[in-house]
Amino acid sequence: MIHDERSPAIEMRGIGKRFGATAANADVDFVARFGEVHALVGENGAGKSTLMSILAGLYRPDAGTLAIGGRPVRLRSPREAIGLGVGMVYQHFMLVEPFTVAENVLLGQERAGPWLETGAVERELRELGERYGLAVDPRAPVWTLSVGEQQRVEILRLLHRGAKILILDEPTAVLTPQEAAGLVRTLRGLAADGFCIVFISHKLDEVLAVADRVTVLRRGRVVGSVAAAESDRRSLARLMVGRELASLVERPAEEPHEAVATGEPVLELAGLRAEGDAGRPALAGIDLAVRAGETVGVAGVAGNGQRELAETITGLRRASGGRVRIGGADATNRSPGEIARAGVAHVPEDRLADGLIGGMDLAGNAILRRYRRPPLARGPFVVARAVAAFADRLLKEHGVAAPGRRTRLGTLSGGNQQKLLLGRELAGEPRLIVAVHPTRGVDVGATEAIHALLRAQRERGAATLLISEDLDELLALADRIAVLFEGRVMGIVPAAGADPERLGLLMAGVDGGGVAPVRRVAVAGG
Amino acid sequence: MDEVLSVAFLTSVLAAAIPAGTAILYACLGELLCERAGVLNLGVEGMMLMGALGGVAATLWSGSVWVGTLGALLVGAGMASIHAVLTVGLGANQVVSGLALTLFGGGFSAFLGQDLVGRPVPATFGDLAVPVLADIPEIGRILFRQDALVYVSYALVPLLWLFIGRTRAGLRLRAVGERPEAADAMGVSVGRLRALYVVLGGALAGVGGAAISLGTNPGWQEGMTAGRGRIAVALVIFAGWNPLRAALGAYLFGGVEAGQFRLQGAGVPVSSFFLNMLPYLFTIAVLVLATREAARRRLGGPAALGRPYAREERG
Ligand SMILES: Nc1ncnc2c1ncn2[C@@H]1O[C@H](COP(=O)(O)OP(=O)(O)OP(=O)(O)O)[C@@H](O)[C@H]1O
Ligand SMILES: [Mg+2]
Repeated sequence: MIHDERSPAIEMRGIGKRFGATAANADVDFVARFGEVHALVGENGAGKSTLMSILAGLYRPDAGTLAIGGRPVRLRSPREAIGLGVGMVYQHFMLVEPFTVAENVLLGQERAGPWLETGAVERELRELGERYGLAVDPRAPVWTLSVGEQQRVEILRLLHRGAKILILDEPTAVLTPQEAAGLVRTLRGLAADGFCIVFISHKLDEVLAVADRVTVLRRGRVVGSVAAAESDRRSLARLMVGRELASLVERPAEEPHEAVATGEPVLELAGLRAEGDAGRPALAGIDLAVRAGETVGVAGVAGNGQRELAETITGLRRASGGRVRIGGADATNRSPGEIARAGVAHVPEDRLADGLIGGMDLAGNAILRRYRRPPLARGPFVVARAVAAFADRLLKEHGVAAPGRRTRLGTLSGGNQQKLLLGRELAGEPRLIVAVHPTRGVDVGATEAIHALLRAQRERGAATLLISEDLDELLALADRIAVLFEGRVMGIVPAAGADPERLGLLMAGVDGGGVAPVRRVAVAGG
Repeated sequence: MDEVLSVAFLTSVLAAAIPAGTAILYACLGELLCERAGVLNLGVEGMMLMGALGGVAATLWSGSVWVGTLGALLVGAGMASIHAVLTVGLGANQVVSGLALTLFGGGFSAFLGQDLVGRPVPATFGDLAVPVLADIPEIGRILFRQDALVYVSYALVPLLWLFIGRTRAGLRLRAVGERPEAADAMGVSVGRLRALYVVLGGALAGVGGAAISLGTNPGWQEGMTAGRGRIAVALVIFAGWNPLRAALGAYLFGGVEAGQFRLQGAGVPVSSFFLNMLPYLFTIAVLVLATREAARRRLGGPAALGRPYAREERG
C-alpha cells in the first residue's frame, strides 16, 4: 500500500482508559497517516469515541503513549490538541447554538484586538467552503441551520484552525444520503490534499467506499487493522462482532415482503396540521392510515415535518387542525400519557430529550412506562425486587452492554441507550409503534436485532409508522412508503419493487406525474 | 395630596430613584456577569451586606470613601470566591452554596459589625453636579446631581453591554454559559473563566453594598440591604441578561422605593405596611411578566445556567 510509505500522523501505543468498572480502551495501538482516510469501526460501546476523545485531548488516558506527526506528546486539554493540528467533530456537535457560524469559528481562537470582528473570518470561511464543498452562510445563527449544515460548520471550524488531522465521530449518522455523499467527497478531497482523516461509522458500505484503512475495535481492544481494498462487509462485521451475522450475507434490503396487511386501521390521520418550533407550519394537512400488521415508512429529507408528525401523533406537540384517531378512538391533542396508555410506543428522534433520562439509572429508565401498574407497583410503592427483575431481563434480552442496572444511563454509549429504549417501548405489546430513526448510531449487530424486533412486532399485528432517512431501512421493513415534503404527503408507494429514483424525486418535491407508482423490477438480485 | 401630582414631586421621586436603584444595579450587573458564565449565585444579599460593612470599616480606617469602596469590592470578591471554589472547583450545588452564602453573610456581618452600629462614617459619597448638564431643567436634577458611584454606574452599564456583545472576551463568557463543553473543546478554559466571573460578580455586589453604606444610608446597620440583593437576582431575569435592561429595572425599583418614602412623607392615607410590601409585590409582578415574555420569544437564560461542568462526565 502506498499509504504505508507516508509519514504517520498519529501513533497511539498501548492506550488504556477506564471509567469505573468499564475498560473503555485496553492496550490499544492505533496508527494513521497523512493523506489517508482511516476508518474506525466497532460495536456500540467498543470504545471508538473514547479513543478519539483521548487523541483530541478531551480525555486523559490511564496508560499508553501518543505521538502526533512523529513527536511524542502529552495532551492536557483540547486546546493543546488543536495547537498540534488535531481537531475532532464529536458525535454530539460542539456548537454554541445562539452564536453565528463565524462566532463559533472564532471561539477560542487567538487573534489580535479586543473586539469581536467577524468580517475577515466570514471571508475566510467562504473561501474554505468553496474549496472543500462545505458551503454555509457564515452569518447565520447556528440554531437556524440543518444538521448537515451544522456539521459543515464543525469541519470548517477545524480547517480554519489549521487542523491537519480531522477526527469525525459518526458524521453520517445524522445526514441524508445526499448529504452523506457530499461529505464523502469532501473527505476524499481533504485526504488528497494531505490531511489525515479518522472516520468513525457503523455503515460498513460507506466505510469501504471512503476509507483507505480500517481499524476494528471490539470491547476496547484492537482486533484488526486492514486495507479497505482487501476487505468486505462480511469480514469487517465478523471482526467487529466475533461471529457471523446473518443479515450481512443477504442484504436485508433485498428481502421481499410477504402478504400485504389487511387488518383494521390502527392509526388514522385526517388533514393533520401542526406548527414547528419556530411557529411556522410544519404539517400542512396529512392524510395517512396504518393498519394492524402493516408498516408504513415515512421518507423525506430531514426537516420536512417528520419530527413534528411523530410528536403530534404521540401527544408531544399540539395539532393545530385535523384529527388523529388511534384504534378508532379520537386521540387528537390528548396527553402523551393517555396516548401511551392507548397502546402507542414511541421511539423518538432525540432519545435523550424525549425518551430517556440521562441522570437516572438503567432500572429507572426501564420502568418508565409501567411503574404505575402491578407487578412493579403495589399501592403507592414501587416493588424493588420486581423492578430489578424486570430491568435485568430487559438488559439481557436486548443485549445492552452495561455494568448493571444501577449504572447511570448517560454514561452508556449511544447504541446501548437505543437498545434499552426499544426494549422498553416494545415490551408492552403496543398496537401502534411510532419509530423515528430507530437505528441511527446503532452498530450492525444491533441494527439487525432492532430490525428483527420491528419485524416480529409487525407479524404480531402491531401497526408501525417508521420514520427514517435510510431508504434501505425503509425498503427492508415497510409495506408502503409515504414521502413527506414540506409537511405534505407527496405520494405513497408500495415498498415492494419501489424505485429509489422515484422516491428521490418525490423527496425533492417533484411529483413524478400521477400518484400511481412507477413499478420497476429491482436489478441487483432483487 | 395635590403635591403628589406636581412636576416638582415627580422630579424629586425620580432624582431619588437613581441612587436608590444604583445599589441594586451594581449587584444586578454582578449577578448578570456571573449568570452569563453559567453560574447561579444566590448569595448576592450576603455579599452586599458584607460589602456594606467592609466599606464602612475601610472608610473608618482610612478616612477615604474610595478606599472604603475598594474595601467593599474586595470583601464582595472574597465572599464570591467561596462560591467559586465550592461550585466551580468542587462542583457543589450552586443553589445550596448561594443560599448558604446569604445566610453566612447576614450573620457574619451582624457579628463583625456589632461595634460599628450607629458610628458615623467620616466620609460619604456626596452629590456632585456635572457642569452644564446639571443645569438642564428637571433632567439635570434627576440625572446629573448624583454621587460618584452613580456616575461610575452610568459608564459601567454601556461598557458591560459592549463587553458582552462585542468583544472576544465577551464571546468566551457567553460560550461558557451557553455550552461549556463546546467552549472547552475549542480551547476555552471553562473553569478558570467561570471562577473569574463569579469573583467579579461578587466584587460588584460588594460595591452595591457600599453604595448603600457610604451613599444612600451612611453608616452600618445590621441587615441594612433589606432584600435588595434578592431583588437584584430577580432583576437579572427581568433584564433578560442584558445590562441595559438591568439598568431600567434597577431604576424602576429605585423609583418604587423612593416613591414609597415620599408618599408616606406626603401623608397619603395608605398603610405603611402596604407601602413596605410594594417592592416585593413589584418583584413578583415583574418576574411573571418577564417570564411570560421570555416564553413567548423563546428566550431563556444562558442554556448551561446552574449546570456544573466536568470534562469527562457524560449525560
Ligand atoms: N464519560 C464516561 N463515563 C462513564 N462511562 C463511559 C464514559 N465514556 C464512555 N464510557 C463507557 O465506555 C465504553 C466505551 O464507550 P464509547 O463511547 O467510547 O463507545 P463507542 O465505541 O463510541 O460506542 P458508540 O458506537 O455507541 O458510539 C462504554 O461502555 C461506555 O459506557
Ligand atoms: Mg461513540
